[in-house]
Amino acid sequence: MNALIFLIVFPLAVSFLALVPPLSLAVRKGVGVCVNIVLCAVPIYLLVANLDQGPAYFHLESTIIDIGMLIVELFIAGYLIYISFTSKRYLTALLVIVQSVIMVSFEFTSGHGMQIEHSLFVDKFSIIMALIVGIIGSAICLYAIGYLPEYHEHYREVKDRRRYFAFLMYLFLAAMFGIVFSNNLMWLYFFWEITTVCSFLLIGYRDDEPSRESAFRALNMNLVGGVVFAIGLVNLYSSSGIMELDKLLQTDKGMVLLPAVCLAFAGLVKSAQFPFSSWLTGAMVAPTPVSALLHSSTMVKAGVYLILRVAPVMENTAAAKMLTLIGGVSFLVTALIAISQSNAKKVLAYSTISNLGLIVACAGVNTAAAVWSAILLIIFHAVAKSLLFLCVGIVEYKLDSRDIEDMDYLIMRLPKLTAVMMTGMAGMFLAPFGMIISKFITLRAFVESNPAMAIILAYGSAATIFFWTKWMGKIMSIRHGVAEVVEHRVSRWEWITLGILAVATVVVCLAFPFFSFHVINPYLLEVFGKTPVVDAFNVMMVFIIMVGLLIILPLGLLFYAFVDKNYKRVGIYLGGGNIDNITFEGAMASTQPIALKNYYLEKYFGEERLFNVGVFVSLTLMIIMFGVAVI
Amino acid sequence: MGWFKRSPWILHYNATSCNGCDIELIASLTPLYDLERFGIINTGNPKHADILAVTGSVNEKSTQVVRNLYDQMPNPKVVVAVGICATSGCVFQDCYNVQGGVDKVLPVDVYIPGCAARPEAIIDGVMKACEILEEKYAQRKKSGKLAES
Amino acid sequence: MNELYALIKSLSVPERMLAFVILAPLAGGLLSGIDRKLSARLQGRYGPPVLQPFYDVMKLLRKERIIVNKFQDFPIVLFLLFTIFSGALFFAGADLLLTIFGLALAGTFFVLGGFCVSSPYSHLGAEREIIQTVAYEPMVILMAVGMYQVTGSFRVGTIAHHHAPLILYLPGVFAGFLYILTIKFRKSPFDLSMSHHAHQEIVRGITTEFSGPALALIEITHWYEVMLLLGMVYLFFAFNPWLAVVMALATYLFEIFIDMNYARFKWQLTFMSAWLFTAVAGVSNIIVLSLMR
Ligand code: SF4
Repeated sequence: MNALIFLIVFPLAVSFLALVPPLSLAVRKGVGVCVNIVLCAVPIYLLVANLDQGPAYFHLESTIIDIGMLIVELFIAGYLIYISFTSKRYLTALLVIVQSVIMVSFEFTSGHGMQIEHSLFVDKFSIIMALIVGIIGSAICLYAIGYLPEYHEHYREVKDRRRYFAFLMYLFLAAMFGIVFSNNLMWLYFFWEITTVCSFLLIGYRDDEPSRESAFRALNMNLVGGVVFAIGLVNLYSSSGIMELDKLLQTDKGMVLLPAVCLAFAGLVKSAQFPFSSWLTGAMVAPTPVSALLHSSTMVKAGVYLILRVAPVMENTAAAKMLTLIGGVSFLVTALIAISQSNAKKVLAYSTISNLGLIVACAGVNTAAAVWSAILLIIFHAVAKSLLFLCVGIVEYKLDSRDIEDMDYLIMRLPKLTAVMMTGMAGMFLAPFGMIISKFITLRAFVESNPAMAIILAYGSAATIFFWTKWMGKIMSIRHGVAEVVEHRVSRWEWITLGILAVATVVVCLAFPFFSFHVINPYLLEVFGKTPVVDAFNVMMVFIIMVGLLIILPLGLLFYAFVDKNYKRVGIYLGGGNIDNITFEGAMASTQPIALKNYYLEKYFGEERLFNVGVFVSLTLMIIMFGVAVI
Repeated sequence: MGWFKRSPWILHYNATSCNGCDIELIASLTPLYDLERFGIINTGNPKHADILAVTGSVNEKSTQVVRNLYDQMPNPKVVVAVGICATSGCVFQDCYNVQGGVDKVLPVDVYIPGCAARPEAIIDGVMKACEILEEKYAQRKKSGKLAES
Repeated sequence: MNELYALIKSLSVPERMLAFVILAPLAGGLLSGIDRKLSARLQGRYGPPVLQPFYDVMKLLRKERIIVNKFQDFPIVLFLLFTIFSGALFFAGADLLLTIFGLALAGTFFVLGGFCVSSPYSHLGAEREIIQTVAYEPMVILMAVGMYQVTGSFRVGTIAHHHAPLILYLPGVFAGFLYILTIKFRKSPFDLSMSHHAHQEIVRGITTEFSGPALALIEITHWYEVMLLLGMVYLFFAFNPWLAVVMALATYLFEIFIDMNYARFKWQLTFMSAWLFTAVAGVSNIIVLSLMR
């Protein structure tokens, strides 16, 4: 139990430490490194300590903590109302007031009688989440040390609020640990709201009009989720007197269906599923570490985490079917929209929503195999996607653009970074790497229970191949001649993080059998009483491909770079009109440069064309979901 | 075994031809003459070609293009001048912008006479070119040049 | 029939893989030769010898290696390796989905090869190749799904030994598969990214910058791919091996016939029609099957 409390309290303490002014920069950096090592080490310790154990529940004397949380909540509510009034956004204020009224009245009417047996708990799934939060979170904090100075160099008009930034990041980490370890739903709710607020403040870090706009959109949507969350809790308590996650799962399913749907709804908002996707694409104005940490690898994963937790309650109901379909629609539509995007961060955002959609769909299906693949998707996606975000963050500064069309010959201009980036991309869609393996498992899970989803998956993964391949092709094109290398100014901190995550992308794939047998299977055994059957031959083949690639790729590259001399180099074919390798002779003896652009198929997959379709369909599904839950 | 003469691929380039020779070259691919029965394919790409068939005389504008195309062909390769224009420049050779036959720019291996060159003559010329292709390959092999460029 | 069956059964897994690695290019090359001869005959020509594809490859292997950048041949080598690997997995009776994903990986390497030379023609070819991939991929996956619904397994070995004729359960899926097979065989009307025919608006498309040995590798890879795809056709009729072999060959002839009769489509039409056909034929078949269960 101490480890759990430590994981929540320690980042909290660090976050306040970051606000203390007198510490010098060097000291703060040193402290940061130590803190991050600790944050990595403790979840690993948790994993090792709990490897052969079932879930553990802990009692905590909580009256004082509850009161403290209420005060903090009210303080935050006051703060939010204040800034929403100052920036004249009354909808936000209204939502905050509604939410506070619900929570406060609930606290005063039933707060006293509430008996919480176990406030904290830890099981294999929480440990996996904690590992993701701890390792990726601290890696990204390291990256931020190198990134933020450059950020402020780049955007001089933005006020330098680094401490505030660090404060929010660590506060967020504390809240994330809180979410994954809370068994008391009131606590879960509290931490949930903290992440919402952190996300809001971090999106608005630049403090200009577009970012404020996006921040408030994200806040509003998440507040709607929060209000529904609160209603769900009140309903849960009044109907069954339960306020604990484990008890929720043990009670009669019909009775707690509505609260479960409410919680799932909050999860859908947080993981930016349709119809709430627009907040996540808007959130891309935030500094890159924020996008990487909150909006791809951890906070949005808290949404699917909650959905996966409450999914057993909805098992075999129409609500679960709707949940599956909402996930499916989000998966397919955002994958298609991603084809039409040339803004790198937006492609990443859409692909994030897409993958989260797949996880939500798995949660809706809720068989052992589906949940197994959902957890694998969470792990693989978190690692590879945060890596990609961080790479794009660096590219953005070096090229002064985040447009994919400006990334021509990136491999010549930022060779090492491009190699890392390609590892991340391979992790997202190429065969022996994690995501595609998870999709492979997901497909099996769907075929058995829900063939309609298999169809969606078939189309969706085709779309996924499209946008990744063309992007990958773009950055790895090479032309004869030299291009200016602009890599030398990437800071050491950034390299360390990229290195960690790139290695992690490969290692999680190699370690996947281990994770599967020792961590995920025990969890599934608890929840479903059985584990999915894994074809050992398949696992072996995947292993062979993976190891094969790991051996062939470097050897091949070395061979072609140094050994291979048996060739003649000629120019590219330009109809015989070559002047040199990048220009040809056009009409009237003019010199024409070659420019290579990708297809974006705006006409078919344009954002404005598909987005509203997704919103409309999923809104309908969502109404049905609530409808069946209320009846 | 003579693989080259079994599968010579042609790149056809019109330097300044009046189109007469071009049409005859294409005609030799049609069902009546069917060059493909010798494994001959008309590729549009110098990098895939073994035989460069040039029609028409070479002028100032096309000199560099012919050179570029020839340079982009992998060895062994042969050049066939199709028609009397490509052979010598013919009546155009005194034009202010005409350099003359293709041999002013490239080493020509086979000359096919005629205005326009008859498909039979073209087929005959290409088959000759195949022999030379084989010879060139044998030479390259003997001089150990296979290993480098 | 029984002898063939017994023969295949008597081979161990590595032996079967080895048999594929050695025999597939021979058979694929031969088929490609028959293809060219037959196409010529359909056009009223005499046509090249049946062994012409082998002559071409032997010649290409003896040509000088010219390149535009040092690494351009590497993706092609990987393309070949992974195609062979997925084919070997298939003929060893392993997982169908794994085969499909392996093939997709191989295809991705090919596309990346087309991109990395940064030449306009091959760039366009690569873009079109992606569009083709996206066009056929859903149907390939749905084929595996359909087969699973009928046989209850993704393993090629199990599917091949299924007692009932798959084609009776999966007529729509088979029709859809035939449709996208035209794309995979690089036949007209879908030979957008590279064509086996002479003239094309983007020169030789994705293969423009690959010559000599690299082009030979691409050709050999194509032979492997053809055999693998015909193996998938075989599965639909696997209840009777002789019939299945005949049907696989008939499918190939059918594709040649289509090739001779159609002009090239635009990519828009290729893409939309393939997805639509997949939706109409494949998806409806799968939904009917899931209702039947
Ligand atoms: S040789 Fe005669 S037909 Fe041929 S290009 Fe010259 S003028 Fe025309």
